[in-house]
Amino acid sequence: MTTSDPTSAASATKKDSRFDWISPRQLKKLGMLGMNCRNVRYISRYNERRLYPLVDDKLQTKLLAAKHSVAVPELIHVVSTPHEVESAYEKLQELDKFVVKPANGSGGKGILVIVGRDDNGLIRSSGESVSWEELKRHMSNVVSGLFSLGGRTDQAIVEDLVLIDPVFENVSYKGVPDIRLILFQGYPVMGMLRLATQSSDGKANLHQGAIGVGLDIRTGRSIAAVQHNELITEHPDTGNRLDELEVPNWHQLLRLASSCYEMTGLGYLGADIVLDRARGPLLLELNARPGLTIQVTNQAGLKPRLENIEALESYHPTVEERIDYAIEQFAHAPRRTQPDLFT
Amino acid sequence: MTQRGPFLFIVALLLLAGIATALFRHSEYRVPYTPGTAQAVWQVEARIEFDADGGRSQVVLTLPPEQSDFRIISESTASAGYGYTTEQGTGQRLARWSKLDARGEQTLFYTIEAIADPGYEVPQTKPKAIPDIVWEEPYRTAADTVLNAVLPQTADGYTLARQLLQRMNTVPLDQNMSLLLQKWPLPRLLPRMLQTAGYNARTVAALDLEDQRRRQSLRELVQVWDDTNWRLIDPEDEERNNSENLLLWQTGQPGVLEVIGGSDSKVLFSMISQNRPSLSLVDEGNNSPLVSLYSLPVAEQSMFKLIMLLPVGAFVVVFMRILVGFRTSGTFMPVLIALSFLQTELLPGLVSFLLVVAVGLVIRSYLSALNLLLVARIATLVIVVIGIISVFSILSYQLGLIGGLTISFFPMIILAWTIERMSILWEEDGPKEVLIQGGGSLFVAVIAYLLMTQPLIEHLAFNFPELHLCLLALILLLGRYTGYRLTELTRFTGMPH
Repeated sequence: MTTSDPTSAASATKKDSRFDWISPRQLKKLGMLGMNCRNVRYISRYNERRLYPLVDDKLQTKLLAAKHSVAVPELIHVVSTPHEVESAYEKLQELDKFVVKPANGSGGKGILVIVGRDDNGLIRSSGESVSWEELKRHMSNVVSGLFSLGGRTDQAIVEDLVLIDPVFENVSYKGVPDIRLILFQGYPVMGMLRLATQSSDGKANLHQGAIGVGLDIRTGRSIAAVQHNELITEHPDTGNRLDELEVPNWHQLLRLASSCYEMTGLGYLGADIVLDRARGPLLLELNARPGLTIQVTNQAGLKPRLENIEALESYHPTVEERIDYAIEQFAHAPRRTQPDLFT
Repeated sequence: MTQRGPFLFIVALLLLAGIATALFRHSEYRVPYTPGTAQAVWQVEARIEFDADGGRSQVVLTLPPEQSDFRIISESTASAGYGYTTEQGTGQRLARWSKLDARGEQTLFYTIEAIADPGYEVPQTKPKAIPDIVWEEPYRTAADTVLNAVLPQTADGYTLARQLLQRMNTVPLDQNMSLLLQKWPLPRLLPRMLQTAGYNARTVAALDLEDQRRRQSLRELVQVWDDTNWRLIDPEDEERNNSENLLLWQTGQPGVLEVIGGSDSKVLFSMISQNRPSLSLVDEGNNSPLVSLYSLPVAEQSMFKLIMLLPVGAFVVVFMRILVGFRTSGTFMPVLIALSFLQTELLPGLVSFLLVVAVGLVIRSYLSALNLLLVARIATLVIVVIGIISVFSILSYQLGLIGGLTISFFPMIILAWTIERMSILWEEDGPKEVLIQGGGSLFVAVIAYLLMTQPLIEHLAFNFPELHLCLLALILLLGRYTGYRLTELTRFTGMPH
C-alpha cells in the first residue's frame, strides 16, 4: 500500500535493468513449461483433434455442459441465420440484462453486454446507449462471420448477464473477472484469476493487458500478480492491493472445472469460470491451448505438476478424489497461511 | 506419438542419404561444391593439309586415346564436302574422311576438347607379347655391347630405359651408341633396345600443350610397361615423369596420318586453353542413372532454381518460430515476401512492400465500415492492391525511378491477404501487435532473403537438391524440440531468479 513496500521496490529496480533474462537452466530448475514442450508433449499427446470443436465453438460447449449438469450462464437464444434476427428481437423485448456473443469468436471480440434500458433503447456495460436497430445489426454481423476466425458464418449466442461478485468489485476495471484453471487429465493443476484493466479495455485477456493473479490450488488465495509479464502488487486503475485476494466458493469452483474433463475428454484443458453473485461458479468457456503466463502468476512451473500426474499408476476415478489429490500435491508453500492457524 | 528410436533412425537416414548422394554426385559427375569454380579446358585442333590428285581421296587420322589426366569431353570435325566416319582400328580409334572428286589443296579439321584433370585414371590393358626384334650386323653387336654393359646395373625396364637414355644423351657419345643413333632416331631406338632386353616398350606420339600455340607437330616419346602402367620417358627431358600438359595422340602403330589419293600431306595442331565454369562441364544430364534437374529444359531449370530455394525459406521460418519464438502473421507469408524480394532486390522491395501495405490498410479501414463478407472483402482488396501497384509504378516511372517498377513482382493475392490479416490484427489486438507481427514477418523475410541470395546456398540448393533431405531431417528434429524458445528467456523473468 505504501511506496516503501519491499516487493514494489524490488520490482522497481527490476524495471531499471532493461535486458533482464533468465537462463534456460534456471527455467528448467523452476519446472517452467515452454511453448514447444506444451505443444509437443501435452497438447498433441493428450488433446485429440476431433474434440477441438467441442471447445472452439462456445455453443457446443454450452449444450454439452447442460447435458453434463455443468453450470453455465443461462442460454436465452441462438441466432443461426440472418432472418432469425427478427424473432430474437421479439424475444429480447422482455429482457433488460443480457450478453450477445459470437459462438466462434476469439479474444473477446464481438461481445455486446447489455446492462439495462433507457429511453433510446439499451445501455451497454460501458455506459453508452445502444438502439434496438444497432443491436439487430450487431447480431446479423455476428451471424455473417464478422468476428469469427477466417470469416466463416457463425451463430450469435444470447445468454444471461453474469453479475459480478462483490468480492471483485474493487479489483476489476469494468468487465467481469474470470478464473482460469488448467486441468490435466481432470486434475486441477494450476489456477489464476484474470482482472480486466483500462489498458485491456475491460477484457480479461492477458495479451491485451489484463492482470493475472495466481491462485493457491488449496485455498483460492492470491500468490502473485502479473501484468505484461511483470510482477505487480496493486491494480493499476483502482490501486487496490492484489496480494490478499481470495476467491470464494473455491471448492465448488474446482469441482465445476474438474468435471469438464469427463465432459470433453480433452486431457490438457483450460477452463474459464466466472463467479455469479447469485448462482456461484459458472463455466464460461473452455480452451484446448491454454497459455503459459499462469506459471508466473503462481511463481511455479507447470512441468513438475504435469509429470506428477503422468507418473500416477492409475488416475483417480472421481472428481472429488482428483481434487483432493491435487490439493495435497500442488498446494502453495503455506508461508502466508501460518498466522491463520491461530486466528 | 511414435517411438524415439525409429524417429531418430529416419532422421539419420535422411541426413545420410542427402550427404552420401551429394558426395557421390560430386565425385562421379563432378558437380562442383562451390559456385564459380572454373576448370581449364584444352581445345586442340588438328589441321590436315594435302594436295588432292583429282580422283578419289581418303584421309585416315589416328584419334587420341582415352588417357589418364585428361578427360576428352567433345570432338568435332569440319571438312567441307567430305564424308566422315570414325572406326575402331587396331588399338586406336580412327577418323576417316573420303571424297570422290577432290582436286587441289585440301584442308580438314578435327577438334577435341579435353579437361586437364589430374585425378582422372583410365585403366590400362596389359600389352601383347614382345615382338621379335631383328638386328642386322653391325647393329646387333653394338646393341649387345651396350646392353651387356648396362644390364647388370638395372633392376627393371624403367631403370634400364633411364640408363640407356642417359648414355644416349652423354657427350661425347660412345661409338656403339653413335652407330645405333645414326640408324634409328632416339625414340625408335630406345624401345627396340628395351624389347631386345625383354621389356615391353613402345614409341608414342604426343602433343605438348601450351596455350595459344599454332601449327605444332606431334613429338615422339617412349613408354615402358612396368607391369601395371605405361611409364613415360621423355627423350628430351630426363626429369619428366608425368604427363602433365602432354596429350597422347598416338600409341599404337606409328603414323598418325594416312592419305590416299593425295600428296604433300601433313597434320598440324593448334591449341588454346580456356577457363570454363565447372558446372557447364557436368556430364550428368542424359546418361546418369539418377534423376537429374539438368535434364530439364532451360526455362524449367530456372524455375526450379527458385523453387529449390523455398525449403531454405521454410527452414528459416521453422527456426525463427520454434527456436527463437518470433511471431509472424501468416505462417509462411515471410517466405513468399522473401521470394518477391529476390525479384525486386531488398531495399526497393522493402520500401514498396511497406508503401502498398500502408496504403492498403487505410483503404481497408474504410472497407471494414462497409461490413462486407470476407470473400468480397478480399476480392476488393486484390483490386485495390492492383490499383495501388499500378499507380506507384506509373508515378515512379514518371519520376524516373526505374526501381519502383519492380513493385509489380509482388504476388497480389499475398499482399491482399497480408493487408486483411494486419487489419484484423489492428482491430482485435491493437497497433502494437501489428508492429510486432508485421515487423516479425518482415524480419524473418529479410533473413530468409539474405540466406537465399547467398551464392553458395543458391548453388547448393539447385545443384545438390538431395541436400534438401538434410534440411528435411533438421526440420523434423526441430518439430520434436521441446526446449525453451529464446523469447521465453525474457518472457518468464517474473519468476524468482
